[in-house]
Amino acid sequence: MRKNKLFLTLFVSLLMLSSAAWSDDAEDNYKNYCWQCHGMTGDGMGLNVQDMSVQPRDHTSAKAMGGRSDADLFKVIKEGGLAIDKSVLMPPWRDSLSDDEIHDLVKYLRKLCQCG
Amino acid sequence: MKYLFLLVALIVANAALADDGMLILQNRCASCHELSGPAAQSVQELWQRKGPDLFYAGSKYNAEWLEKWLVKPRRIRPAGHHPIQHIKPGNKRDMIDTTTLRPHPALSPNDAKKVTKALMKLKATAEMMGTAVFKGGSISVSFGEMVFDKFNGCMACHEIEPGYGGLSGPEVYTAAKRYQADYLVSFITDPQAWNPKTPMPNRHVSAPNIQKIVQYLQALAKENWDEKK
Ligand code: HEC
Ligand code: HEC
Ligand code: HEC
Repeated sequence: MRKNKLFLTLFVSLLMLSSAAWSDDAEDNYKNYCWQCHGMTGDGMGLNVQDMSVQPRDHTSAKAMGGRSDADLFKVIKEGGLAIDKSVLMPPWRDSLSDDEIHDLVKYLRKLCQCG
Repeated sequence: MKYLFLLVALIVANAALADDGMLILQNRCASCHELSGPAAQSVQELWQRKGPDLFYAGSKYNAEWLEKWLVKPRRIRPAGHHPIQHIKPGNKRDMIDTTTLRPHPALSPNDAKKVTKALMKLKATAEMMGTAVFKGGSISVSFGEMVFDKFNGCMACHEIEPGYGGLSGPEVYTAAKRYQADYLVSFITDPQAWNPKTPMPNRHVSAPNIQKIVQYLQALAKENWDEKK
């Protein structure tokens, strides 16, 4: 009986381990999610921009990105443009990215704009 | 008695078709498509998959569309399955590098029938499907477009007619032809339940608006796009 229980706990923890989503590095995440709109080089001229009514931010511009705190950037990535009174076209990413992954993306954006 | 025999014969014949189909899938499709799951657990793993997952095909596709498409495949994702692998920098924006896109392998009508039978047996789990279903009803294309584009920003990544809309996601003007209505409701409600690393965000569209979006996709799919293209 005890053995069975031990086995069950082991089994359940293994299951939990295997279902916990993998944490990806910031460059891969940027390429998988952000790039569609913000572009291969992050300059805001992505594949999708032609028919977008509001253009994505140029992440390489210190001028466009310098005024934002890390907390601002974290918030807009997690909750989307509407959460900071910006365009609905900037999606919320909280279901795609963990908080840790978003923090890493904020650091990655700082490297792109060489600001902050 | 005679009818019973016929019925059994029919069931056996159907099962044989599906078995043949599974063999074709394993020999000619498995190199690009995942047939047993699970979905990719990392971005790198996702990019290694050359085509969309098919291990839940029976809960996703309309069988009629599937059989036709396999005989005469036509591009669905303007920039390929992973746009990142098919684009190049351009003057005004990143452009699709069409030289890297290959036509999809086609099947004979007979093989397509077998493969469709086999694919329709591959069902999604209850966790993937969730509880929301399509409740029916209809909407005008113009009101639907407001919900899809203005309120929820879906057009940023999806074309709503040939040549109009975003290019990183699959064209949506044919989505309701391709996919079952309950799948559409389920995927829009929780894309990550189907594919944790999908480039499509969960936009947290309200349940009533998801119904409206699927009604809109059905209205779009009624147009004869193949003729218009
Ligand atoms: C569907 C297109 C789209 C995708 C995909 C997208 N964005 Fe955006 N993003 C936008 C648009 C449009 C704006 C400009 C919003 C505005 O000015 O109202 C924006 C703005 C931003 C801003 C600036 C917000 C501010 O303070 O002005 C940041 C930071 C940002 N995006 C980060 C990201 C990150 C990180 C990702 C990937 C996880 C991403 N975006 C994916 C469309 C997109
Ligand atoms: C060389 C790789 C490759 C092979 C081999 C291949 N496929 Fe595909 N398949 C793809 C790609 C890439 C797409 C996406 C095409 C698009 O969006 O235009 C795709 C799309 C599909 C779709 C539509 C998926 C969707 O949801 O849009 C089906 C169904 C499909 N393939 C079935 C098959 C079957 C059945 C076979 C075997 C007979 C097969 N494929 C062989 C690469 C492949
Ligand atoms: C940032 C880009 C982006 C946005 C915004 C977006 N999608 Fe998608 N969508 C995608 C991509 C990429 C796929 C392909 C999914 C995959 O292969 O995992 C997709 C797939 C789909 C599909 C087809 C499912 C399938 O299995 O092929 C539907 C339907 C859909 N999206 C509807 C919507 C709706 C409705 C919205 C707005 C609420 C929306 N999308 C917003 C990128 C996006």
